[in-house]
Amino acid sequence: MKVPQQVVRLGAVFALAIVALLVARSLLIPETFGKLGHYRAAAMDSIAARPKKYAGHQECAACHDDIATKRAAGNHRGVSCEVCHGPEQAHVDAPLDVKPPAPRDRGFCPLCHAYNPSRPTGFPQIDPVTHNPLKPCITCHDPHAPVPPRVPAECSACHAQIARTKALSHHANLPCTTCHQVPQEHKVNPRAVHPTKPADRAFCGRCHAEGATGLKEAPRIDMAAHNPRYLCWQCHYPHNPETR
Amino acid sequence: MMRDEPQAPKPAAPDGPAVNRRAFVENALKACAAGCPLIVAVLRLPVALGQDAPPTPGYDPTEHYYGMGIDISKCIGCGRCVAACKAENDVPLDAHHFNTWVERYVIDDNGEVTVESPDGGYDGFPPPASDEDIRRSFFVPKLCNHCANPPCVQVCPVGATFITPDGVVLVDEKYCIGCRYCIQACPYGARWFHPTKHVAAKCTFCYHRLVKGLVPACVEVCPTGARTFGEVGHRPTPLERFMRMNEIQVLKPHLNTKPKVFYANLDGEVR
Repeated sequence: MKVPQQVVRLGAVFALAIVALLVARSLLIPETFGKLGHYRAAAMDSIAARPKKYAGHQECAACHDDIATKRAAGNHRGVSCEVCHGPEQAHVDAPLDVKPPAPRDRGFCPLCHAYNPSRPTGFPQIDPVTHNPLKPCITCHDPHAPVPPRVPAECSACHAQIARTKALSHHANLPCTTCHQVPQEHKVNPRAVHPTKPADRAFCGRCHAEGATGLKEAPRIDMAAHNPRYLCWQCHYPHNPETR
Repeated sequence: MMRDEPQAPKPAAPDGPAVNRRAFVENALKACAAGCPLIVAVLRLPVALGQDAPPTPGYDPTEHYYGMGIDISKCIGCGRCVAACKAENDVPLDAHHFNTWVERYVIDDNGEVTVESPDGGYDGFPPPASDEDIRRSFFVPKLCNHCANPPCVQVCPVGATFITPDGVVLVDEKYCIGCRYCIQACPYGARWFHPTKHVAAKCTFCYHRLVKGLVPACVEVCPTGARTFGEVGHRPTPLERFMRMNEIQVLKPHLNTKPKVFYANLDGEVR
């Protein structure tokens, strides 16, 4: 059977169009597109090949092992070298030409250690305005192994937020040790050894139950009738006990 | 092609000014064939714009699946992560472009929530004007959540943003057309438009560091260990321990984006 001429021509045009499409497609779609998904797989490698600027504390320790050892034993053991000294890859590449900066003035340390009520309780904080004004921090504290110049005598050295709250409350005159027994070890190893806390209603009752001896201004309540199902500190914050 | 066409009448000239159909088609096809290399060159141009780097030797992306842990109770709002990220990734140093930033939440005694992030926390946070009426306050570091089900990748019309086999959401800067759909689609506001490159930009989990076995710059410099980096699910990494020891939440879980940035001690007010 003879194929009509117009069908042959049409077929040729279609074949040409398909070839053109395939050629254009192969030219327009990048080589690695679709290899791993609907994207250019080679882009991953380009991003992976970007230069790094922070060398990482392992690189620092390779040369400065003395400081690394000192730091690893101190309170800044979790603080990477480049937190204070900035990105050091340039120094690693050319140790003699590029010297790392070291913050020596009072401006830098307060970034972490200035008092800020948003910071977690217990994080060591000072008021930069009143804390030894004008003295650079490093005159008293070694930044590679910082310790408070002396072991803090008062709880408020670390628990400033609680101390400030308590100082304005009706419990202002109670020392912390009225309610907390503080093992000596807590001052050395604060997160491993915790002070005690009151465990029951009777503890608060020692001052606040009807007929309790002690300060007569302390409000007295009927321990049996006053919400007996709750512990006192579920409604009253002991460091600022007024209910509001 | 149009430029080639004036040649077409020339061979037909001996027959007179009129060009018959056969001659026209023949010459048009010849002109096409002659113009082909030019067309090919034009088509090749966008692809040939740059060479891609070779794959990192010794690194197999299918062996990894990265995620990050953030412990809100450890963040002190020093903003070192923000500064490190900007330095490491050449992020413009203005107050509008961040791969990672830190927010401060202040919840007052009436339950009113104030969220602020001056310069993304780049210079730390000044104490609030008054701490009299603060019920609670804390810092929340934020970044791209590298969702396992990322809406930004879904909307990209050209396949310029993608999720790698190791679970990192990246942008192909050479392929991005700058349409900003992904910036609109991200429910976490983690993407931004690069002011000079005119492409979408975002956190890469410092992919260039991961392939070298390092942690992202923000994790490297976090002084309190608030940020933890590791792999989700199948390797003993710090993140595994973090997820075992803490109660874990993710941001906007109802959107089913399946984030791989996991928060511990996250307050209910955090959006």
